[in-house]
Amino acid sequence: MPVPELRLLTGGETPLLVAEGLTVRIGDHPVLEGLDFTLPPSGLTVLLGPNGAGKSVLLRTLQGLLAPVAGRLCWRDGDPPRRALVFQRPVALRRRVRAQLAFALSCAGIPRRARPARIAELLELCDLAPLARRPARRLSGGEQQRLAIATALALDPGFLMLDEPTASLDPAATLAVERLLARIRRRGIPLLLVTHDVHQARRLADRVLFLHRGRLREEAPATRFFTAPASPQARAYLEGRLLP
Amino acid sequence: MIRWMYAFLAILPLLLGAVRADAGERFIVLQSTTSTQNSGLFDYILPKFEQATGIQVRVVAVGTGQALRNAARGDGDVVLVHSPADEARFVAEGHGILHCRVFYNDFVIVGPNLDPAGVGGLRDAAEALRRIAAAGREGRVVFLSRGDESGTHKKERALWRAAGLDPTAESGSWYREAGAGMGATLNMAAGLGAYTLTDRGTWLSFANRRDLEVLVEGDPRLFNPYGVMVVNPKRHPHVRFAEAKAFRDWLISEAGQRAVASYRVHGVQLFHPDVRCGDMPTPEARP
Amino acid sequence: MAEGRGIRGGSGVDELARAFGLALGLLVSGDRELYGIVALSLEVSLAATLIACLLGMPAGMALALFRFPGRRMLVVATSALMGLPPVVVGLFVYLLLSRAGPLGALGLLYTPAAMVIAQTVLVTPIVTALTRELGESLLAEYGDFLAAMGRRGLRAIPTLLHEGRHALVTVALAGFGRAIAEVGAVMMVGGNIRHVTRVMTTAIALETGKGEIALALALGLVLLTVALAVNALAHLTRLREAELAHARA
Repeated sequence: MPVPELRLLTGGETPLLVAEGLTVRIGDHPVLEGLDFTLPPSGLTVLLGPNGAGKSVLLRTLQGLLAPVAGRLCWRDGDPPRRALVFQRPVALRRRVRAQLAFALSCAGIPRRARPARIAELLELCDLAPLARRPARRLSGGEQQRLAIATALALDPGFLMLDEPTASLDPAATLAVERLLARIRRRGIPLLLVTHDVHQARRLADRVLFLHRGRLREEAPATRFFTAPASPQARAYLEGRLLP
Repeated sequence: MIRWMYAFLAILPLLLGAVRADAGERFIVLQSTTSTQNSGLFDYILPKFEQATGIQVRVVAVGTGQALRNAARGDGDVVLVHSPADEARFVAEGHGILHCRVFYNDFVIVGPNLDPAGVGGLRDAAEALRRIAAAGREGRVVFLSRGDESGTHKKERALWRAAGLDPTAESGSWYREAGAGMGATLNMAAGLGAYTLTDRGTWLSFANRRDLEVLVEGDPRLFNPYGVMVVNPKRHPHVRFAEAKAFRDWLISEAGQRAVASYRVHGVQLFHPDVRCGDMPTPEARP
Repeated sequence: MAEGRGIRGGSGVDELARAFGLALGLLVSGDRELYGIVALSLEVSLAATLIACLLGMPAGMALALFRFPGRRMLVVATSALMGLPPVVVGLFVYLLLSRAGPLGALGLLYTPAAMVIAQTVLVTPIVTALTRELGESLLAEYGDFLAAMGRRGLRAIPTLLHEGRHALVTVALAGFGRAIAEVGAVMMVGGNIRHVTRVMTTAIALETGKGEIALALALGLVLLTVALAVNALAHLTRLREAELAHARA
């Protein structure tokens, strides 16, 4: 197992999260085994790996929806920051776009008076301003996913996780989402992006966590991972070979 | 726009309730029978009573058995039924007081105008039933009973006893028990072309006769006396005793009796005044 | 109310034709008694449906959301209670409200209030069971999202009710339809007292019992018209739902 590169981060800041020996089971079935990794306090980390590697499960564990049976998660401030999750299939409520954002803000406890300003901000950031009055379910796939991201951002999260957000989108929509993610990264919100699309990973990642069959095979800065992958599984994956 | 319609719908019950407000009226609940109500008597005489006394009478019209049982539970202030045996028991059990016979009408046997059993014109009701039973066993006719423990039903049973027969043993073949009120039973009889026993009041107002007509009448055993009783306030303290007694007193008074006698259906007098108070018939043994 | 006296019943078609004429005449003439009966029917059934929804919709959502011992039994029981015969409900409520019964001192028997109570008992299981089903399908769709947004447990109920609002209208209308059309319960606890507790269904029963077939049919047509009007509202709502919920192809 490669030595986890602890605390080798931009500017030597404290990591957002240190995971040690994380093990998660679903029923009797072990899904994640003994994961050790860190998450930086900013930048976009990609969680990469073939289908069935356990990426979504790891995401849900980090979200707090699943509890590990062994190991621990050490968050920077003791308690986990406010986390937001964007699902693979975009969630659109039976409301107009504005109303969905208003709902998210109410979940975040933002008082009524403050909402219009925040909504305008979010619409602007996610390029949804002209669609404000459209029923959410009438948006295109890409627009809905941007709305989902805006909804997540409404919670003012300290950590944003996205589970294959562009998997079912066409290239133009994917581009729009990736641009949005870049804008969010610039604002300093740490992002964890799950994808099995190597090209997307190359485009977006600052760091890579490579997962295969429930085990963390490699953790590295993006440039190093893509030019000189250390683990055989990562090498095979990047070469496009199927990993059993 | 739709939201307004729903808001309106939600408020509608309150609005309607306000419109119908019958605040603080004096009223009594009268437990009586469907046949009495269907005859139209109440719609005729009760407004007169209300005008004279200012007391509204709310009629709950069910079968005799149910009316008496309701009253025995205290769900009524006064009772008007036509089943002397049950009235006697009601008084004997302490549920009713101030009993008076007030008026009578009569029962008739109706049947298909072709009259396969050949009972038309008979005055002897028991003989008529014997003939109907005979024809029924041959599969030529059907007799429909109310079968609901009502005053009419009990009268019918008494007549079968007088004829020396027990048709319930053959229930389901030529003798059928409807388990229904007089009107519903007449509807069924009209539909089936069956014979049945009915009170003249319901018959005169019944609108769906098809080819039924009166075949047997005039037998003294077809006599149908009505009795009024006030629900015993000692048993049921919440009874509106003053108003209930006022109703009973009015019924036996000249004004009440005149009102009853003057009620006509298609020009025919339906109910004949006949006041007898304190004359309780002895309770019969249960059939 | 105008009596449609006909001594001989004609053919079925005859009766229907006379019924139509009668119905029109009654409605147009603004017959006070008829309007009173219609008003009371609406009042009772709307009030009962409203209360049933206030009770049953949150309960149905809660049943969809929570897991607790005995939940399955409760689900089965609610569904079974949907099939309660109205006359049985009427009998039960009558025994409760009768002077001889536990709530007799309230003096509610033979009043519109008693009828509302009885119909509420009748409609609440329907609303609860249908809402639960709706809740389960909404949960499948939004469950993870709501959890991620921090809306868990009881706090999810208002959101689910809001998301399901158009389907819930259909649920409410199903309940209302059951209420406005039933006769057994209101007859037992109301007593069909003229001007006080007579509604359309009990009036129809009464007129039928008197052999006044055409009049009964006419009242039936009025009832049908009222039901149609309320259902037209449902249809409009469903169109609205399609607008907001219909995903792009």
